[in-house]
Amino acid sequence: MSRFRPPAWFVLLLPAIIILAAVVLIPLILSFYSSFTPYKLTRPETLYKWIGTFNYEKAMKSVHFWSAFGRTVLLLTVALNLEMLLGLGLALLVNKVTYGQRALRTIMMFPMMFSPVLVGFQFKFIFNDNVGLVNNALQSLGLTDRAIPWLVDGQLAFFSIVVAEMWSSTAVFAILILAGLFAVPRDPIEAAKVDGCTPWQSFRHITLPYVMPFIYIALAIRSLDVARAYDIVQIMTNGGPARRTELLWTLIGRTGYVDAKMGYANAMGYISIFLAIIFTVYFFRKLNAARSELGMAG
Amino acid sequence: MNENLQHRIRARLLKLAHFVALFIAMAIICVPGLWVVLNSFRPTVDIMAKPPVWIPRGLNLDNYRAMFGAVGEGGVPVLQYFTNSLIISVTSTFIAILVGMAGGYAFARYRFKGKAAIFIGLMLTRAVPGVSLSLPLFIVMAKTGLIDTHMGLILVYVALNVPFTIWLIDGFFRQVPIDLAEAAEIDGCTRWQAFWKVEFPVARAGVASAGIFAFLTSWNEYALASQLTRSTFSKTMPVGLRDFTSEFTINWGGMCALAVLMIIPALILTFIVQKHLIAGLTFGGVKG
Repeated sequence: MSRFRPPAWFVLLLPAIIILAAVVLIPLILSFYSSFTPYKLTRPETLYKWIGTFNYEKAMKSVHFWSAFGRTVLLLTVALNLEMLLGLGLALLVNKVTYGQRALRTIMMFPMMFSPVLVGFQFKFIFNDNVGLVNNALQSLGLTDRAIPWLVDGQLAFFSIVVAEMWSSTAVFAILILAGLFAVPRDPIEAAKVDGCTPWQSFRHITLPYVMPFIYIALAIRSLDVARAYDIVQIMTNGGPARRTELLWTLIGRTGYVDAKMGYANAMGYISIFLAIIFTVYFFRKLNAARSELGMAG
Repeated sequence: MNENLQHRIRARLLKLAHFVALFIAMAIICVPGLWVVLNSFRPTVDIMAKPPVWIPRGLNLDNYRAMFGAVGEGGVPVLQYFTNSLIISVTSTFIAILVGMAGGYAFARYRFKGKAAIFIGLMLTRAVPGVSLSLPLFIVMAKTGLIDTHMGLILVYVALNVPFTIWLIDGFFRQVPIDLAEAAEIDGCTRWQAFWKVEFPVARAGVASAGIFAFLTSWNEYALASQLTRSTFSKTMPVGLRDFTSEFTINWGGMCALAVLMIIPALILTFIVQKHLIAGLTFGGVKG
């Protein structure tokens, strides 16, 4: 009986591989193929016409594409950095609390339960120029007498989106960094105090290195689903006004579903996938480096 | 003496500043959510009032009543959406946990060629933006007839959750000493029994936290659901929120009511297993 038996690890991984192949890989191969065709949802026969890299060239030459690309990178950089800083600040604040810390931690997790699409609607409501909370508050306080067009003006709309995005995701950073702060040993800090270090110095040279891996975990987790920002933007402005908050994702969605130009949308989709992969790989590398620094490498 | 007093004043001021900063931070976190809850109980006239009505008055359940009411009179098939969401989220979480446990166990316990590459490959599938994936998925599902069914969405969510589940569970199984399972095997357990009787109970917290994340992801997902569902038979609650929008106006009160209904299960679940959630994020990540 010399029947071939696959190794156990392979059998165990098989379900995961099959389902990911079926739901992610096959559609992606299809979309890769269709990005070389002028495929339109309304005209199925166009799927079989090969036009080479025309769609990619069209995207490369498109001003709309590049401005959406730049804006996406800008949004991610600004939002992730601010979230990290605010998360660190929030974690430090909560860490100092001695009484009722559990309750504060629970409150901190509140935004994590909100669906991004809900966050979108919520902030669309809050920043509404007519009945929104922000304008109502500003007007009642007498700070301004006109309605500030938060979601109509291009730059203000971008700002509003960043605020919404930060509200929904700062908690992830804060909770992870807080867990990191718990893991910081007491002794070196006490020793540093005795040796006359300022609070800033002991934070910079003792606390921060310990917390760094946790920051990278948070960045890695966030980088896995940064595209969730699509939901928020799609609801709040849908790339408007006049494309001034257009991100890659909203551009792709509109080109694919509204204009039905699937081939072109898939070509842009591929570019966005590479952007996401670069972000993810970068943070996972940082994560591994930080882990091995702490001697936790697996 | 003077220096002493100065020092004490400084300490007091610092404490006050800390308290104020903390209060402001918590307020910013809470207000947007509470505002939604408050508005779900307010009549539309008050929501739209100019100048604004600050002190809540005439709070009632009209928005909820309208939502559960007949379709066409402001009613939305909420119960159907709720059931859809529940069926899809629970089933996909369950399957994702099973698949993730198998995968995580394989990564934690076995050595094989190309392990790191396979691991990164699995993770990268999660990084594919929903909207880029939704275009080809839409075509595939339309061809296979899975579009607008529970089955289709469940499959998609399982695939969405498996990478992260594997990552978390792998980290937890690594913490279980391998000697435990080996001892059980020496005592006459099969590998299968050793897993369920010895290793699984120890890593249960990790599995629980992976489960919560999977559930929250499926419960809240929108980008894919909005394209892959068409009718009330498969629409989930995040997609249902759109029912309150028409071309130029939005029924804010009704939408807030549905939002509250959507948050409650997530809230309850998260509070019950809060401890696991934090443990899951940190241990799974650091030691993984």
